Parts: sequence; C-alpha cells; structure tokens
Amino acid sequence: MAAIISLRNVVKRYLRGKQSVEVLHGIDLDIETGDFVALMGPSGSGKTTLLNLIGGLDTPSSGEVSVAGVRIDALGGARLARWRARNVGFVFQFYNLLPQLSAQRNVELPLLLTSLSAAQRRRNVQAALAIVGLSDRAHHKPSELSGGQAQRVAIARALVSDPTLLVCDEPTGDLDRATADEILGLLQTLNREQGKTVVMVTHDPKAAEFATHQLYLDKGELVSRSTKAVA
Amino acid sequence: MAGLANQIAAVTVNNLRSVPQRAGVSAVIVIGIAVTVAVLVSVLAMATGFGKTLANTGREDRAIVLRGGSQSELASTLSRENTLTIPDARGVRRSADGKPIASAEMVGIVSLKQKATGTKANVTLRGVGPKAFDLRPEIHLVAGRLFQPAVRELIVGKAALGQFEGVDLGRRVTIHDTEWTVVGVFDSGGGSHESELMADAETVLSAYRRNLFQSATVMLESRQAFDAFKDQLTTDPTLSVDVKRETEYYAEQSKQLSRLLFFVAYIVGGIMAVGAVFGALNTMYSAVSARALEIATLRAIGFGALPVVISVFVEALALALIGGALGAAAAWIFFNGSSVNTLGSNFTQVVFQLTVTPSLAMSGIVLACIVGILGGLFPAIRAARLPIAAALRAG
Ligand SMILES: Nc1ncnc2c1ncn2[C@@H]1O[C@H](COP(=O)(O)OP(=O)(O)O)[C@@H](O)[C@H]1O
Ligand SMILES: [Mg+2]
Repeated sequence: MAAIISLRNVVKRYLRGKQSVEVLHGIDLDIETGDFVALMGPSGSGKTTLLNLIGGLDTPSSGEVSVAGVRIDALGGARLARWRARNVGFVFQFYNLLPQLSAQRNVELPLLLTSLSAAQRRRNVQAALAIVGLSDRAHHKPSELSGGQAQRVAIARALVSDPTLLVCDEPTGDLDRATADEILGLLQTLNREQGKTVVMVTHDPKAAEFATHQLYLDKGELVSRSTKAVA
Repeated sequence: MAGLANQIAAVTVNNLRSVPQRAGVSAVIVIGIAVTVAVLVSVLAMATGFGKTLANTGREDRAIVLRGGSQSELASTLSRENTLTIPDARGVRRSADGKPIASAEMVGIVSLKQKATGTKANVTLRGVGPKAFDLRPEIHLVAGRLFQPAVRELIVGKAALGQFEGVDLGRRVTIHDTEWTVVGVFDSGGGSHESELMADAETVLSAYRRNLFQSATVMLESRQAFDAFKDQLTTDPTLSVDVKRETEYYAEQSKQLSRLLFFVAYIVGGIMAVGAVFGALNTMYSAVSARALEIATLRAIGFGALPVVISVFVEALALALIGGALGAAAAWIFFNGSSVNTLGSNFTQVVFQLTVTPSLAMSGIVLACIVGILGGLFPAIRAARLPIAAALRAG
C-alpha cells in the first residue's frame, strides 16, 4: 500500500517568550492508507504537536508534510482550511460539540462547507448517526448526552463528509474503560470496514492495542515503531 | 453562497443561544448603551421641546420692533411717540374698526417661587395694549376672565401656573409694592407667552413708575408685507429701530440655549458613547474568549473566518439594540411630556416640554448600533485571527 502520510525531517519550534523551543526534532514518518496508528508517549513529548501537523491544524517550522499527495506544509490559511474540510475528520478528547446545537446539527456542520442540498445533508447526517448507533439521539443537545454518546456524535461529525483520514487526540481520555472500549471498537470498525486511515494519540496502552501500528514519541523524537499483525 | 449563508446561520444560532450563559458580562454592553442612549435622547428631547416652544410663539406675519441695536425686549426702550408712529406704517393689518392690530408692550420682571424647587425665579410680566388679543389670536382664556384696564388685574399663562406658587386664580400677587389680582388663566398653544403674566400696559407702566415701552408688535397684512413695513420704519428719521419677523426674533432668542443643549447632547452623548464602546469591547472580548474553543473547533473543521466574524457582530448588534431600545424607552417613559423651565428670552423662565419624537428615538438606536459595531470590531478581528492549535490546546 502507498503511504498516505509522509513526513520528512519535520521540525517544530515554538516561541516561548523570546526563546525558541524545539519540540519536534526532525521527524521522518510514513503511514500507509488503511493503517490505524496509535501515537504514544509521555506528556509533553510532542504527540499533539505531531498530530496537528498531520491534520493540517498547524504548519512545521521546517521539513515536509505530505498527505494524500498534497504538500500541506506549503498550504496556509484558507487553502489549508479547505483541504482540512475535504480530507480530515477530527475527534477531540472533550468532544468539542457546539453546546447549543442538536446532535444532528452538530454532525451537519462539515456538510455546510459542501454544495450538498438540505435533503442530501439530512440523509448523510442520518447515515453517519446510524453508523455510530445514535439515530435515536438526533435531536438531543450535547448536554443531554453521556460522554460516550457525545464522543459518538463527534465521530459521526468527523466521518460525515467521508474524509480519508481520521485524526483523534486522546479520544477516550475522558471516558471510563467500558465506554472507551466501545469508542475504540467503533474506530476500529471504521478503519476495517470503511478503510479510514486513523491516527490516534493515546496515553493508554490498552487503547493502543486496538490499532494496527503503534508509534512511540519521546522528547520530540520517534523512538520505536511496532506493528501488530492484522487479524 | 447558500453554503455560506447556512454556515453563518449555524454559527450565529449557536452563539446567540449561548448568550444567556454570559448574561453578566453581556449586561455591561446593554446597560452602558442604554444609559448613553437615554441621556442623548433626553437632552435632544429638551432641545427639541425648547425649539418647539419658541417656534410656536412666533409667526411669519407678525413683526416685532425694538430700539436699534437691542438684543432682547429687556434691553430695548421705545418712547410713547414711537409706539404711536409704528402702528401707522405701511403693511400693518387693521381690524374691523379700522385701527391697526398692534400692541405696544412693557416687560417687567416678577420674582416667584418655583413649585418644584421652592427657590425663586424670574417670570415675565407683559403689559399689553388693547389690541393684544387680536394680535395674538392663539391666546385663549381657559379660566376666569380678561383683566380690566386701569385696575391691577392680571392673567397667568398655563405653564407659569403649573410651575410657580401663588398665581392661582383669585390670588393676590405683590408687584413693585402694589397688589395685583389674578383674574384669568390663558393658553397660547404651547408658545413661550404661556410662561408669562399679562396685564394692561398702562397699568403696569404706572405701577413701575415708568413711561417707556419696550417693544411694539404688529400684525402684518401678509408675510410679504414685512419688507414694506420694515423699509418704512428703518428709513423714518424720527425712529431708530430694529424690525424683525417674530419667527426670526424668537429663533435668535433661543439660539444660544438651543446651541448649548445640542452641544451638551453631542458632547456628553459622545463622551458617554466612548465609554459605552469600551464596555462593549469588554463584553465582546470576553465573549470571544469564552467561545475560543468553539471557534477553534469550527476552524479545524474547515469553517472560514467570515461566519465567526459575523456571529460576533450579530451578538454585539443584538445586545446593542436591546440597550438602545431600553434607553430610548426609558427616556420616553420618564421624560416625554415632562415640563422643564429654563432661562429663555428676557432672562426670565420659559417653560417647555421634553418631546421624545420617533426620530429622536431612532437616532438613539442608530448610536447604539454604532457603539455595537465599534465594540464588536476588534473582538471580531481577534476571533478571526485566533490561532487554532493553541486555542484547541487551551480549551
Ligand atoms: N503554542 C505553544 N507554545 C509554546 N509551547 C508549546 C505550545 N504548544 C505546545 N507547546 C509545548 O510543546 C511541548 C509538546 O507539547 P504537546 O505536543 O502538547 O505534547 P503532548 O501532546 O505529547 O503532551 C510541550 O512542552 C508544550 O508545553
Ligand atoms: Mg497532547
């Protein structure tokens, strides 16, 4: 399989006051289409920073980031935003749903950036909610959902516009074990049955077991890489 | 385009629904704007009411004659001979008996206690000629009767009656050591004469031991007759007088106070508006920081800056409109139609009503919108420039 994500000598520095701090020190990485990658490592090792570069939420200080053949490190502003809308679905630790909109309206948000008609949008939203098993919660507000349900709505929002790549930053960090396993099972299904490439940051070794590949980041460097045999 | 409208609608709806959760800080913009608008509208209502009162006093087809160079009646004197010459000039209308409709008048000052404050203030006592009520048909008695010549009787204007003590019908008023009886109450259709006392000119002159009049007012045959009238008087070598249309005279009398009121309205209103803009900025900056995670999430999904910027402006404008409407309503409820007296012409009190017109309320609302837009501008820019990754991390 071809690499959908490839990073070459990626360096990221942040300005802290007047000082420039290097957080990622020349990362080289290839992730293939259809992989489910768990990115692990201690707090502050640069996992979120790396994930943001892959998802096009931030740009590297130097080096190349290509995703699906596009050099996204060369994109900026509105073009990068359009690229994200078409190619990436994001799942966050705290779900990041808009609190005043129903589940259905939250899931619809990415479709408002497309030219789909209202009827087509409604169909796609229903399909996405069905995939995450929440068809009966379409009209609930986020405050009326449990944590697990809210994260499912967030996953439906991430996949409704059918992106090739799902980028998840500690998606189970706020959930109990059983609920976390359900969410991880869902991501695994999306990876296996819909062919989504998933990159997931996690602290949790049990969560990482759901992935096909595990990456370890320490102090801004990839230290090891293990591949689990796909059943 | 439809897509953009949908994006704006979704972001704005979510935002407006969340405003009640920010009620405390949202109140800053609402109250700041409400107070500013209430003050602006009230002071403008004062200026409008004052202008209206003086405009109601004057007519285009009446002319007032003062000694040359006099700014007001009080500073003017006209001799008895002058007051006989003036009505005979060209252009003066005559009544059925063939006599010119004119009134030579003497203006005295009476100090009376104000009902509202208990302090004394000056009221005009106007001594008028026998044709004074043909000259001013807008004056109607609303109680009692007219004064008789050669007895110390006077009538009181409705507005003066409302504002001052001791001038009720039947009461006695001491003026220059002489006792006068209030025999009637009159209405002059809202003009400044309503703030005056009126009596027979000859009786007033004798009470004041004077022999000089202060002004002569005539009714013209038409508005157009003014030039002929003025020309004749100003070219008469025995007279040294200024001739003005009444409208022009009262406009001049009110100019300074009107100017002051508009100055106060715009300067004070402007200063308060600047304060309200800072309040609005404060509200909107905190709204944007409260929404930082929501905004960053939308931007991550691929939303552009525009829907976010518009949602900030809509919030600011909605709050500003609420404040503006509250302020205008407060000005209307508390001040519309309430009477104020102030120093008018002749250094005496003119009573007038605050008038909150729909157009004044509109200017208040327009000011509110301007404050809202200015208060939303910088926060909207901040929202548009929010660094996505950092905001997601902070959330
Ligand atoms: N915007 C920023 N400015 C300065 N330092 C930052 C910024 N974002 C992250 N960092 C620093 O970069 C390092 C890596 O952070 P992060 O990628 O969040 O690590 P992880 O997700 O592995 O916990 C940390 O030391 C963090 O403090
Ligand atoms: Mg992190």
